[in-house]
Amino acid sequence: MNQTRLVPGENLTLNYPLLTEFLVRFIREELAWRGYQEAVVGVSGGVDSAVTLFLAVRALGADHVHAVALPHQDSSPASLTHAHLVAQSCGASLEVIEITALVEGYAAQIPDITPRRKGNVMARSRMIVLFDLAERYHALPLGTGNKTERLFGYFTWHGDDAPPVNPLGDLYKTQVWDLAEYLGIPAEIVSKPPTADLEAGQTDEADLGVSYRHADLILEHYLKGYPDHYIASLGFSAEEIARVKSHVNRTHWKRNLPTVALVSATAINEFYLRPLDFRLG
Amino acid sequence: MFRQAVVQFAPTKGDIGANLAKIGQVLQAIYPQSPDIVVLPEASLTGYFLQGGVRELALTQSELLEALDQVYRKNWNGPLDLVVGFFERDGASYFNSAAYLELGGAGIIHVHRKVFLPTYGVFDEERFLSRSHRIQAFDTRLGRSAILICEDFWHSISATLAALDGAEILYVPSASPARGFSGEEPANVMRWKALAQAVAAEHGIYVTVASLAGFEGGKGMSGGSVIAGPAGSLLGEAPLFEPALLWGEIDLERIPPIHYDSPLLSDLKAGLALLLPDLRRVSE
Repeated sequence: MNQTRLVPGENLTLNYPLLTEFLVRFIREELAWRGYQEAVVGVSGGVDSAVTLFLAVRALGADHVHAVALPHQDSSPASLTHAHLVAQSCGASLEVIEITALVEGYAAQIPDITPRRKGNVMARSRMIVLFDLAERYHALPLGTGNKTERLFGYFTWHGDDAPPVNPLGDLYKTQVWDLAEYLGIPAEIVSKPPTADLEAGQTDEADLGVSYRHADLILEHYLKGYPDHYIASLGFSAEEIARVKSHVNRTHWKRNLPTVALVSATAINEFYLRPLDFRLG
Repeated sequence: MFRQAVVQFAPTKGDIGANLAKIGQVLQAIYPQSPDIVVLPEASLTGYFLQGGVRELALTQSELLEALDQVYRKNWNGPLDLVVGFFERDGASYFNSAAYLELGGAGIIHVHRKVFLPTYGVFDEERFLSRSHRIQAFDTRLGRSAILICEDFWHSISATLAALDGAEILYVPSASPARGFSGEEPANVMRWKALAQAVAAEHGIYVTVASLAGFEGGKGMSGGSVIAGPAGSLLGEAPLFEPALLWGEIDLERIPPIHYDSPLLSDLKAGLALLLPDLRRVSE
């Protein structure tokens, strides 16, 4: 007798050809109504920016996408090698702009700067460069942050999250990996341990204390309202579940605009509500 | 037999003038193919997500008629029926409405105001709009019709009311952000298709779903408009995500034989009185 075994819980597998078509249209249309046909993508050598670049090239054509690597002297040399590989794989030309002078010029004046603080300066310096290049090319910078790191607040505020259009922000890291495979991104980019490469030897999963594959499933169930005992029944430890929930619940402020003291009945985004694409003809 | 042109439309956010001009271009392009009726999606004149901007962009029924009549006169000769979704102002109240117009003839035949205003998840309609409580069929030169808007149609009781009121054609302007990407098509599109076929088959009527296209601040309106025939089959479907035209030949002569073979609607009419006590009980 044929038997069907039901796998419990939510499944993160997506239809990647369909998703690709959707994200390609997203990039094209969200740039177009803002008055842009070109994009700037900071290419780190990691999988998130690789996927963003591949999608942007499909959406706009390689001639309309400005891929930029922004190494610092402390960055891993492999990151730049991988950035070249990514750009080459999708037919984009890669511009390399060193941010060492920008970062170190500031750091030299601040003797007590820590590696963590310097990492944040690097992330924000990269945004300074990307937005300036965007102005040069009459283009918009694309964001590369995925849903997992956004939910964890695992990014530099007004750094990685600054670009106005982000195709990956509702995809968990594991979904970005699968999308990368579908898009044909070289295996060495997809399979390497994720890192912000802001400090030597840093990896995301060591920083976060949980693997992405576990975190993403816990997140999906938590966001959908499943209770802890259900999530635990799927094979996750109480410590992992608590860690994931803690990352999310300590960082809601990072996913919002700065807090404004509400004093009137016309407070922006509180009483006066307009969607971001609202405009009167 | 008459010919429907379903216009899967991607409006420019907030620009009623530009959207009327785009509708004019569509009319000009399809005029040689002689459609009897053009069906446009929900919120076609403005885009769907407006939040408080509804107050700045809603039209009265007479403003709508005047604007569409101008477009019609520039681009058409002879009668043309048109279904279009718009945000409506009536005094101090605002509605998510869809009008059935006979252009070059009687003008506005009927305006349906949305009953079920989604206010959950990505939707926030009831914060900005008033809810109607009427679902009615109405007579047109192209048969007895009814309009339901988007979530109205996701409640089976709405289409049942329209069918019991004699509607032979159900027009469903919708605006449905694509979501759920694990299947062959976005989950909401698969649901729309299943519903259109199920409603058409249950009541033996035509169902025309005109779905908005285009991105609105990251939310991609799914497109995937469909026409389902009275036997429950899909007579046509438009592509996902992009503006498109979908043509349908509507043959009301097909309805009586289908009702004869599958008299579910007359069974329901006959048995409805038996259910009314329970309907009252559960609604109290």
